[in-house]
Amino acid sequence: MSALLDLTVLELGRAIRKGEVSPVEAVRAALAVAGDGCGGAFISLDAEEVVKRAKALENGAKKIENPLFGVPMALKDNICFTGLPTTCASEMLKNFRPPYDAYVVERLNNAGAICLGKTNMDEFGMGSTGETSVFGPVVNPWSPDRVAGGSSAGSAAAVSRGGCWYALGSDTGGSVRLPAAFCGLTGIKPTYGTVSRCGLVAYASSFDQIGPLSRDAADCAAVLDVIQGHDCRDSTSLPGAYGYLLAGLTGDIRGMRIGMPVQSFGDELDPEVRARVSEVADVLRNRGAVVEECELPALEYAVSAYYVMACAQAGSNLARYDGVRYGHRAPGCANPEELHMQSRTQGFGAEVKRRILLGTFVLSAGYYDDYYRKALMAREQIKQEFSRLLERYDLLLTPVAPGPAPRLGESLNDPKRMYLSDIYTVCANLTGLPALSMPCGFHSCGVPVGVQLTGPALGEDKVLNAAHAYQQETDWHRRRPECFGKGGTDRWSGRR
Amino acid sequence: MKITRELVERIAGLSRLSLSEEEKKQMTVQLEEILGSMAALDRLTLDGEHALQERENVLRPDEETQSMERTELLKNAPETDGEYIIVPAALGQEEEG
Repeated sequence: MSALLDLTVLELGRAIRKGEVSPVEAVRAALAVAGDGCGGAFISLDAEEVVKRAKALENGAKKIENPLFGVPMALKDNICFTGLPTTCASEMLKNFRPPYDAYVVERLNNAGAICLGKTNMDEFGMGSTGETSVFGPVVNPWSPDRVAGGSSAGSAAAVSRGGCWYALGSDTGGSVRLPAAFCGLTGIKPTYGTVSRCGLVAYASSFDQIGPLSRDAADCAAVLDVIQGHDCRDSTSLPGAYGYLLAGLTGDIRGMRIGMPVQSFGDELDPEVRARVSEVADVLRNRGAVVEECELPALEYAVSAYYVMACAQAGSNLARYDGVRYGHRAPGCANPEELHMQSRTQGFGAEVKRRILLGTFVLSAGYYDDYYRKALMAREQIKQEFSRLLERYDLLLTPVAPGPAPRLGESLNDPKRMYLSDIYTVCANLTGLPALSMPCGFHSCGVPVGVQLTGPALGEDKVLNAAHAYQQETDWHRRRPECFGKGGTDRWSGRR
Repeated sequence: MKITRELVERIAGLSRLSLSEEEKKQMTVQLEEILGSMAALDRLTLDGEHALQERENVLRPDEETQSMERTELLKNAPETDGEYIIVPAALGQEEEG
């Protein structure tokens, strides 16, 4: 295993800027893992192009003073990047090559980042386990018979296995935080509107937000400093100045008030997960934070409200796939209606169809008031409870998932059960608040356990600072799975 | 909420999806199960306090800007004549010409 792979983003970036490591060396070390199967983490990568990009950066006249300069990374395959196809892990977009770069890609390019490849995911982001991809599932780096967590499964597995130093995912209901937790990484969903969705393939537009997955909170801060910012091409992009998150990381959390909603520690929670999360509270107390229990009764509506609203938006957003302008077209259709129907029927997988049908149902005449309108009300109630709690507390501390990573195949035929596993993560999407997931120990079945910190709107600094303080006291974020640095052709080995 | 096969057929039609017999059966069971688990929403108290907030429109000036090249955009279209996207005849073969 290359010792380079074990560095954090910040450490590697520093070594590159000092001239101790060249971007080409970094790229070759990562390609040895990423280009070698990597547990189904990658959908596409172009090794030649990546090396060319690294050489161009190396020989560039202007050295970019950014912590991300020369550090190889990966993009979830629903983020447009002109160098490779953007498939959303769907038959529908298998051959789609975006004609433009996403906003986040523009920002990363300007910072001197190197995109190694596109990572596997649940089809269109719909799934909590990383198993609904048309390219096959992503396996958990810590336990090959368990899932990596979804939907940004490949992004998490790639970083966890040493295939790149950080990756971007997207989070609609927990899709960055859940795989981060299951793979032992730190991942953050930023405040809604702080990262432009321009160039992110839409699932549920009022929840979708791009976020980084990396080894620790400091790396996440460095990536957010690059990708956050106002963009007039996204009408939900927040104006105003943000950034300087990395510069603000002190690890000083003395006097910080942290609430633990008792409803997040109910009977559905695995006892081992409960124990690990409680230990986090102790560590934060030792660093000077005040941690106490609080009440969040509206949590009982969270999953229902989320799935009603997410599916409704998915049904509308995915109506664009008509087999006409781009995407899969069914052959031999006699008229446009048949073309439309057959292209969609052939192009979408089972979970995507299920969510489109659910979304169409909750928006249809006769059911709108019973489901969609009630979900909107529930969201409002959840928002109000969070804003009341965040007047009293700086942060909220909860588990990320009710249990450890499920076994492969366990959730695929039980959608209801898979949806319920999102109970702790969907709140941050319903409210738009920033939330981070970080590793806090292991389950007896061998996979990492994650803990979640939720902050006030634009409170990324608080969230990251508390995580940073925790990571100064613990070393869970430094643990590596056995497959680290080894690639792994045990599963589907990607398309080159 | 009782989900019937007819209801599944109706929403599949609205969604422009064609389901096999097996899928119809499966979807009837699963939708009923999923919607059943959403009973929590029925306990929601709908009083004025939780009235929905009005959102503001975000507008931009109506100015001409450079748009993308047609040839670039057409590269992703399944069938084109180089300038236009080709689809099956909307009015049927016999009306053509």
